[in-house]
Amino acid sequence: MQLTTYIPNILFVMLLALGIGYFARNVKKLIRNIKLGTETDTAGDNAQRWKNMTMIALGQTKMVVRPIAGLLHVIVYLGFIIINIEVLEIIIDGIFGTHRIFSFMGGFYDFLIGSFEILALLVIIAVVVFWIRRNIICIKRFLKPEMKGWPKKDADLILYIELVLMFLFLTMNATDLQLQQMGADHYAQTGSFPVSQYIAPLFDGMSMATLIVIERSAWWLHILGILFFLNYLYYSKHLHILLAFPNTFYGKLKPNGQFDNLKAVTNEVKMMLDPNTDPFAAPTESGGVEEEPAKFGASDAMDLNWIQLMNAYTCTECGRCTSECPANQTGKKLSPRKIMMDTRDRLEEIGKNIDKNKGEFIPDGKQLLDDYISREELWACTTCNACVQACPVSIDPLSIIMSMRQYLVMEQSAAPSELNNMMGNIENNGAPWPYNQMDRLNWVNE
Amino acid sequence: MGEGLKVKTMQDFMAEGTQPEILFWVGSAGSYDDRAKKISRAFVKILNKANVDFAVLGSEESCTGDVAKRAGNEFLFQMQAMMNIEVLNGYEIQRIVTCDPHSFNTLKNEYPSLGGKYEVVHHTQYINELIENGRLSLEGKAYQGKRITFHDPCYLGRANKVYDAPRAVLQQTNAELVEMKRHKKTALCCGAGGAQMFKEPEKGDMDINVLRTKDALETNPNIIATGCPYCNTMMTDGIKAHEKEDKVSVLDVAELIANSI
Ligand code: SF4
Ligand code: SF4
Repeated sequence: MQLTTYIPNILFVMLLALGIGYFARNVKKLIRNIKLGTETDTAGDNAQRWKNMTMIALGQTKMVVRPIAGLLHVIVYLGFIIINIEVLEIIIDGIFGTHRIFSFMGGFYDFLIGSFEILALLVIIAVVVFWIRRNIICIKRFLKPEMKGWPKKDADLILYIELVLMFLFLTMNATDLQLQQMGADHYAQTGSFPVSQYIAPLFDGMSMATLIVIERSAWWLHILGILFFLNYLYYSKHLHILLAFPNTFYGKLKPNGQFDNLKAVTNEVKMMLDPNTDPFAAPTESGGVEEEPAKFGASDAMDLNWIQLMNAYTCTECGRCTSECPANQTGKKLSPRKIMMDTRDRLEEIGKNIDKNKGEFIPDGKQLLDDYISREELWACTTCNACVQACPVSIDPLSIIMSMRQYLVMEQSAAPSELNNMMGNIENNGAPWPYNQMDRLNWVNE
Repeated sequence: MGEGLKVKTMQDFMAEGTQPEILFWVGSAGSYDDRAKKISRAFVKILNKANVDFAVLGSEESCTGDVAKRAGNEFLFQMQAMMNIEVLNGYEIQRIVTCDPHSFNTLKNEYPSLGGKYEVVHHTQYINELIENGRLSLEGKAYQGKRITFHDPCYLGRANKVYDAPRAVLQQTNAELVEMKRHKKTALCCGAGGAQMFKEPEKGDMDINVLRTKDALETNPNIIATGCPYCNTMMTDGIKAHEKEDKVSVLDVAELIANSI
């Protein structure tokens, strides 16, 4: 055999390596950026964590709270996962120059290809409905200010990519079917084509050579499209198809109302309440010398913990949080989705800065607070947990709001003045109002 | 108005050398806010009627620090918490009941890691328990034929998944319970949480409490039932904004029960 016969195989392996290599590079960057966050306690019932991941990410239980969007999403999601079995075959065929290597499975192969086709059709329908919801019905949560520009384009682009991939898949099968019926070399009779058999007549009367060109083009474009999509993820809200799994695994296990008690504060408060504390006793008591944190709360992305940062990369920008937020519903600037998007944007900016400066972050005079998230947004939150409850992938926008409030109050003393009065009252009278603590029991006799 | 209420402090119990069954954590609102004080008295009326041997801390109680924590002041919160824990542990308190979901949440969830471990129940859970144990029986005439809708407090509902107790208790009044479109997990906040109670809202096109009372009014109720002193204030103001204060009243679950015994 001549060497030239192997050109497609070599080309394929090179493209595959390039696509996967670039993807691996992005994954590494992603992990590095998430690790810029601070440590946080991940102790907790592991069985529960596995269960949450299985139910919420794999089982999509929180998606179907909104039945229409939920059902459509399940279709696209299942389609995506199952049709990827086909990609495995494509890769093997591409490397070894085989054609439909799995066809030895016989009847089961027919069943597989048949179900892929039906799923592909369902995906096309779902994607079209999604597009209509975003662009014609204009559902409110897709039109908030934070969705202008790239987020809107990103959302539509994904739909177009999915549509094109599905059409390529069906075209590939339709021409394959034609070729099979012509008895072309290499195209053995296999597979069942419940959907593409209706597309096949479009290619009636074409020569075998033309059909092979179309079939091969569709095959190549399909796999190239998939490699492109893989590498598009990092720049897109679509990263959630990967991160939804770790994110739901590390989702909050404690009651929603339980906010963490800052350990660094506990140590200081203990010292303050007991002036006789032996300054050397405290560290040993808590099991070793604890590092003094740089600051309380968060004013920039790296002050947040790594789970909060992973949350930001996982956000699907679906806006379910924002549409349930009482502040947003009453016209306040606060949008929990924007909190997540801003955090990701800032983290990306920090990551690029690090890339540019050979692995070191050079201060750029910007931060998450004020440059991305305004104080007005932070102070509008009622800590009601509606956003946390609504999120289909266990993101906690409220925890970022709280971290930033902590910075404002404890590092900057920059609470709204009414809140400063309230806190002054607590310090002086043990109540948020200026009443005398001695009068606490007066209510009994009034 | 308060005649006949029997309220003993922990100091009284100490002097007698006995322990109460339960400590009633009154909370700052329940102690000082004119509207919330009525709720405290209604709850004591229930406790007295059921012959519960309970105590309050009186002047030894201090703000839980919850509102400071939600405002971002972790220092002040932990100071308050540790002072309260010292008092509570000093009296060897085991069980606490409170009418305020914010106190309920912080005592139950946030005090333990600071050294304060107690069994904490919300008053709607406790009243339910009294009824189930046969210690409290209701006449159930006062609200017969009335429509009541219950507003889930965020810190009882979403924060701690307590949805059934208040409803079970309200059922006992023989009133007709009607649910708002968004209730339980999807209930809209009244607008008071996260320290909003103590400040003006940010610029917007509506106040949250007005939106929430709109939800409530859509059920055409005679009474909006609440389980939180702050929700109570917010809903009362919301009803006024809708100019419905003649037709709809806002009452705590404890008040509805106190009027039914
Ligand atoms: S917790 Fe804050 S951000 Fe989340 S829904 Fe409630 S008000 Fe909105
Ligand atoms: S935080 Fe969750 S609910 Fe909000 S937009 Fe992101 S994925 Fe959707």
